[in-house]
Amino acid sequence: MSVDGSLDRLKREGRIVVVGASLAGLRAAETLREKGFDGSLTMIGDEPYEPYDRPPLSKQVLLGRATADRTGLPRHRAIDARWRLGVPATGLDMAARRVRLADGDEVEYDRLLIATGIRARPWPQEDEAELDGVFVLRTRDDAEALERSLAQGPRRVLVIGAGFTGSEIASACRERGIAVTVAERADAPLVGALGGVVGRVAAELHRKHGVDLRCGVMVTGLEGDSAGRVRAAHFSDGNTIEADVVVVSLGAQRNTEWLAGSGLGAGPRGIACDAGCRAFDIRGIVTDDIYVAGDVARSPHPLFGYQFLSLEHWGNAVAQAETAAHNMLSDSADRRPHIWVPAFWSSQFGVNIKSVGVPSMGTEILIAQGSRSEHRFTGVYGYQDRVIGAVTFDQTKWLQFYQQLIETTAPFPPASPTVDRRPEGQQPMPADFPDPSVPTHGPTVTLSGYAPDDRRLTFTPARH
Amino acid sequence: MTEAILRQIIDYAHRADPYPLYAELRQTPVYHDADGPFVLSRYYDIQSLLHDPRISSDARNLKTPATANPLAAEADEETALPPSFLRLDPPEHDRLRRMTNRPFGPPHSPRRVHEMRGELKDIVSGLIDGIDNPDRIDLVDQFSYPFPVTVICRLLGVPREDEARFHSWADTIAASLDPVPGADTDERAKVSHNARTELGMYLAGLIEERRKKPGDDMLSQLSTAGGPDGVMTTMEVLSTAALLLIAGHETTVNLITNGMLTLLRNPDVLERLRKDPNFAVPVVEELLRFEPPVQLVPQRTTLADIEVRGVTIPKGASLWLVLAAGNRDPDRFEDPDRFDPDRGDIQHLGFGSGIHSCFGAPLARLEAQLALSELARRLENPRLLEDPPPYRQNAVLRGPRHLPIACDGIRP
Repeated sequence: MSVDGSLDRLKREGRIVVVGASLAGLRAAETLREKGFDGSLTMIGDEPYEPYDRPPLSKQVLLGRATADRTGLPRHRAIDARWRLGVPATGLDMAARRVRLADGDEVEYDRLLIATGIRARPWPQEDEAELDGVFVLRTRDDAEALERSLAQGPRRVLVIGAGFTGSEIASACRERGIAVTVAERADAPLVGALGGVVGRVAAELHRKHGVDLRCGVMVTGLEGDSAGRVRAAHFSDGNTIEADVVVVSLGAQRNTEWLAGSGLGAGPRGIACDAGCRAFDIRGIVTDDIYVAGDVARSPHPLFGYQFLSLEHWGNAVAQAETAAHNMLSDSADRRPHIWVPAFWSSQFGVNIKSVGVPSMGTEILIAQGSRSEHRFTGVYGYQDRVIGAVTFDQTKWLQFYQQLIETTAPFPPASPTVDRRPEGQQPMPADFPDPSVPTHGPTVTLSGYAPDDRRLTFTPARH
Repeated sequence: MTEAILRQIIDYAHRADPYPLYAELRQTPVYHDADGPFVLSRYYDIQSLLHDPRISSDARNLKTPATANPLAAEADEETALPPSFLRLDPPEHDRLRRMTNRPFGPPHSPRRVHEMRGELKDIVSGLIDGIDNPDRIDLVDQFSYPFPVTVICRLLGVPREDEARFHSWADTIAASLDPVPGADTDERAKVSHNARTELGMYLAGLIEERRKKPGDDMLSQLSTAGGPDGVMTTMEVLSTAALLLIAGHETTVNLITNGMLTLLRNPDVLERLRKDPNFAVPVVEELLRFEPPVQLVPQRTTLADIEVRGVTIPKGASLWLVLAAGNRDPDRFEDPDRFDPDRGDIQHLGFGSGIHSCFGAPLARLEAQLALSELARRLENPRLLEDPPPYRQNAVLRGPRHLPIACDGIRP
């Protein structure tokens, strides 16, 4: 209980506003109620739908096994909120504690949680992006539209970008018997997230399942017919591919534009916050009443050198939302840090891929169990002689062990013999991540504040 | 803490209620004396060791002689067959388990277990209909024993007319897993060996038939279905069938019997179940925590020196993972000695965890849910005639040998 009782008052009659009505927003709202928040709760979302789950969109929904309107998130408890759906937030007045909405309304808060997440990065050429048959996949509407077009039996689908989402889309197409070409500017799929050693296994999976995988190329332009339908794509190697569906899968952008000029530390890489989910303002001072959770948040993590981690992971959204909600209703001594160990899963070409830690920080990899040629293995990533990440292909059940190694900063390579250690797992090898200054489409983890090639910001120390 | 604890756990005198001993055991999380096994009894330790790739299930990695493990004989499916996937490590384990799973569960046979629901209900009804004297029912002999064997016969594709023979082999083998001290062990071993041989020959014949004329049963599919891993050899099908029979039989008997015993000791829960068969789902989950049919896993060994809570378990050591003790660890479960089907947080160790987690879990759950809800619904005013009932000798696969009960009548 706070000394002046303000916390009690907040719990009793305070106003909490959550911007972002998706996984993180919903779980935060539920946690707030769970922790005894009785005040008014407003949920603001730019989509017209109640919170829904995204992982099925690129899997079951694209396979036609579930419809997009059936992926609503299960409710753990009633949250008794005022919903403002289909209305994006457009601005924030930190001094007046007000969120501005697109319809001109303003909502006042005592505590604000920002969970606006990310959106798909669109095709950069606007006129080409507007062609019929060109899609991105992030929202329920995206999935519905893409599924509808796959159901019509296109002759060929082109997927631009072989990150996790792009690979899952290609996998779904093949499962539906649709011809698909995947174009990836890196040397293999998934390299941004998992490196070249694992990327080459992913490439095998694509090809084994009949994907026309083109690596090391960029799509330079999309071409439409006279009716405005996409019909072909031109590649940097001079080739042209005919396709009647194109899915742009070039990663994501953080939804922070609405905070421009607000004074909050928000930018293209997300919103910086402390380990307790409290947002920083642009001066690097932590706010007391504004919290961040989910894909849009970047927070420092002790296991990963206190670098600011920004994670597009389902589990992170849940864990961070719960921590943010807890801290919103707690005194400083009772706050807890969000030091979740990143974990991620994907399902593609019949293989279950899971990772823990931050593989993309790794410089070396050891195939600790199983075999790449069987597409069943566990790869352990090393960074400065310690275990920093792990990935499993169809070997999920061992992952917990490697997570413990990461959490205890165990030495790399792990020395002990294990079951299913093969000759290829006797020596670590370079993990083969691309130069971080070259953008790829895959990573779902973003490290640190600025990319190594980012020179726009200069630090000028004061002169005495 | 005395070295007597392990002996006491094995001692039949504590069979009816081993839980105080487990509580004592948890005081020394890594218990070891002389050349005995290292015994783990805390939830989180067991859970993490079950996911630890430095732990092997393959007896060939054991340094200590099998005789040093006082439970080795009780737990083993000693056969002349090659080891089943239960006693193998990856990659052999993964390959055999994967091939066995193809005809059994998702993704290739997602509805197999679900589609047995009607048949299971009929078997349950038939057994309850067959109860002639409600004044004295031995639930084990009249219900819990015959039920899972019949289910396995149907699953494997044993023809109806052979089920009786199958039951008798299964009973003999099961009895050998529960040795009575002082009995003529040579004679028992011989009887059991003969039963195993006869069963093996019978199954081998059946496999041959199914190879020629496959049906939609598991034996047909195991011996003919091609996947990326190819087809199992006859010996592999035999090992697997023997595993499914023994592991899927002994355990389900105890799950159902322990379940009914617990329900009779908790009449309010029994009454709720009688009114609401859906309540069987949380009831069975809590049973798997509260009275797990497999009390401990005595067959693991270390491939390296492993440190647990500051104790180094040397390479090649024998491990006992006492699942039943972990299931009642107060560090993990609130008020762990209370039977409470309403607890929301119930990630028990009843089916183990990791790559060897119970293969038959979906079937076992369904069998127990149907059995207990039907018993609750149809037995009128059931009551225990003996509490505690007489237990089997076996400390690993623990459960009553008989469960004498009475009721006022059988509802239709």
